[in-house]
Amino acid sequence: MTDAAVHAVDPGQQARLRLSGRQICKSFGPAQVLFDVSIDLHAGEVHALLGENGAGKSTLVKILSGYHQPTSGELVLDQAPVTFADSEVGENHGVILIHQELNLAEQLTVEENIFLGREIKRGWFLDKAAMRAETRKLLDQLQCNIDPRTRIRDLPVSDRQMVEIAKALSKNADILILDEPTAVLTGREVDILFDQIKRLRAQGVAILYISHKLDEIKAIADRVTVLRDGRHITTEPVAGLEKDDMARLMVGRDIKQMFPDREAVQASDIALSVRDVSVPGQVRDAGFDLRRGEVLGFAGIVGAGRTALMEAIIGLRERSSGDIARNGAPVSIKNLQDAKKCGIAYLTKDRKGSGLLLNMDMRPNLTLLALEKFGRVIIDRKAEEAALERAIEAFDIRAADPKTKVGDFSGGNQQKLLLAKVMETDPEVVIIDEPTRGIDIGTKSQIYHFIGDLTKRGKSVILLSSEMPEMLGLSDRIVVMAAGRITGILEGNDRNEHEIMRHATGISGKQGVSVHE
Amino acid sequence: MSSLERTEASTSKGLNIDFKALGPFLALVALFVIGTGINEAFLSGGNLANIFTRAAFIGIIAVGATFVITAGGIDLSVGSMAAFISGAMIVVMNTLVATLGAGIETVLLGVLISIVLGIGAGAVNGLVSTKGKIEAFIVTLGTMGIYRSLVTYMADGGTLSLDFEVRGVYRPVYYGDILGIPVPVLVFFAVAVAGYVLLNMTPFGRKCFAIGSNEQVARYSAIHVDRVKTLTYVIQGLCVSIATIIYVPRLGSASSSTGVLWELEAIAAVIIGGTMLKGGYGRIWGTVIGAIMLTTIGNILNLTDAISNYLNGAVQGLIIIVAVFLQRGDWRRKKSK
Repeated sequence: MTDAAVHAVDPGQQARLRLSGRQICKSFGPAQVLFDVSIDLHAGEVHALLGENGAGKSTLVKILSGYHQPTSGELVLDQAPVTFADSEVGENHGVILIHQELNLAEQLTVEENIFLGREIKRGWFLDKAAMRAETRKLLDQLQCNIDPRTRIRDLPVSDRQMVEIAKALSKNADILILDEPTAVLTGREVDILFDQIKRLRAQGVAILYISHKLDEIKAIADRVTVLRDGRHITTEPVAGLEKDDMARLMVGRDIKQMFPDREAVQASDIALSVRDVSVPGQVRDAGFDLRRGEVLGFAGIVGAGRTALMEAIIGLRERSSGDIARNGAPVSIKNLQDAKKCGIAYLTKDRKGSGLLLNMDMRPNLTLLALEKFGRVIIDRKAEEAALERAIEAFDIRAADPKTKVGDFSGGNQQKLLLAKVMETDPEVVIIDEPTRGIDIGTKSQIYHFIGDLTKRGKSVILLSSEMPEMLGLSDRIVVMAAGRITGILEGNDRNEHEIMRHATGISGKQGVSVHE
Repeated sequence: MSSLERTEASTSKGLNIDFKALGPFLALVALFVIGTGINEAFLSGGNLANIFTRAAFIGIIAVGATFVITAGGIDLSVGSMAAFISGAMIVVMNTLVATLGAGIETVLLGVLISIVLGIGAGAVNGLVSTKGKIEAFIVTLGTMGIYRSLVTYMADGGTLSLDFEVRGVYRPVYYGDILGIPVPVLVFFAVAVAGYVLLNMTPFGRKCFAIGSNEQVARYSAIHVDRVKTLTYVIQGLCVSIATIIYVPRLGSASSSTGVLWELEAIAAVIIGGTMLKGGYGRIWGTVIGAIMLTTIGNILNLTDAISNYLNGAVQGLIIIVAVFLQRGDWRRKKSK
């Protein structure tokens, strides 16, 4: 049954219109988030959906797949109006949405997840062998080497994404909607995903692909629809558009300067010095100096130990050895409270899981890290309100109602709030882990300029990022890590993508050998 | 209950929060209307004093439970803890009569022992669950059995009775009143006010909310998660001790059946009051109202023949389930926005 999607399509079908949304409007309470948006998905075409955070992309695809009902407007499937009462009806019509936040049962295995709710049975019993074989076949198609018996909780996020895609394939998806599928994938995994998307396109599947990453859209999409503030801006072939054009359409203005200007810093003025930090199994003998006013980039492939090193420095992770000094004086950091007192702050890359309290509004989130500043015995609510007003102003946080739970915020606004929260402690050294994951280009640029402003005020920044343009555009020097070791510190002309990759993969670098241990 | 449901559903965004907060209060008012309708005597001063006095035990314990639950924990041991502390108090006071006589000093020392034991027992629950990394449910299930069997052991399977003379000195703590308000009710009110201030206005309370809603976020916000969680159990222990101090003079005895199922009533009061069982959101006034509601139900059943008093537990159970159902419905609506 799972092979039904894998069938040859005659050429005439390639341009066949499959699913349309016509004049879709959507309001949540008094707030209207979509205004007369129309979109057409054709068989054998990758259609990209582009827009800033809060432009209404997620709402639109949830309507197309039956998770939400439009307030007005209609869906047309194969020339006939349809209503998807819920996502299950949508799936029965072959429309499958793969969410940005993955929906897998963590305690179940890969095969159990793929066949969840529609298990293959023999008589009254589960036919585990058949399900395993089928899962194996689906994963092989994706060139994915996961054991079908692995529990989801033991898989890295990127593999979970592959499981989600395998699950969609097993449901005979012929209209597949991917909501920012590459946000958590590494370069090689993105390539595999793109191969899969191309294969599905050749089979006549209609694909709607949401992404912030303009490179990806150039690489994979045939047509692109741009949304801005809930309105349809344009739909045109990708071939005729440059990345700058797309950015302009999305943001509605020119982004004059993506990255802030950098100024030279004094090499002798060391704000933070780290020596011989080891975390068993994750980091070995890592040491570096952070100069005052600089942005020090940390590059490396996933699992190189960058986050572990930073968490060990600030006391969130136990280190087996290591010395830390601030402004030349040794400091003892055993927990985050100590780090805070030393003027070091850390912005987690997992803003939803460890950054913000999603069920609360902005005020308690903003002040949580610096709570003692707002009163040791009784919290001064007025001071909190004032701080919130300042933060909203300084970081351009756009929330219609300050009482909104931050879980309902767009990724960009969450990231700005997280930045504001950390800055409440008035740190001298700011460690920022993946500052722009899942954030649109306009907000990205804003965050880059915030980081630039920090260094202009004499603060020093450590930047961990998997995005090469960001790493190169912001950092003064770049530390590269591989397999838990620092393999090189790149400056000047060496600060380029080629050198970073050589060091990150262990081809060069003083301790590159250790990668193959 | 159905009228409550309707008002919640029909309120617009801005008013929603108010009605959510008022929910338990409206339900209590409804119960009082029903009570008055069934029997005029319901609203008499004596009956009301009786309701509030009885609500004080569970209510004081439930104020402590609000902290534990808000911070994402649970304490099943409070009923057994109350029995154990009662027993220990009685044993200590009876022993002291020989040396100190049956005076106020003896009672004060008994009270001191109660407080020390309450804080100690709470600290045990907190430290074992945080430092030992064992689920609070398991730890407190264990200590629940331990405290219960300790009181049985102290009483040698029977009943511990407080020295008659000491009882006379201690008596006003339960039976006395100030300006016509029974002492237990005043203590309950004081504990509730202190609890409200601590939970809603202090950094400690804010940290409880943060830990309950996402422990990881709390950790990344430089909060000493283990310390704060342990403190919530200590507060719970202290509340149990305060409740015990006003409970002992009531009967002047303790046995293995003292405080049976109090943990469930305390948790029920917290949940009816609108605190989320999974943590992250707690409300002291809701808890107070929840405790009064539970006592009121029993009282109304006593006043009527329509439903047997033996069905008290069933009616309470029904109310708890309906309260949680309403909470959940509300949560869903919020999420879908």
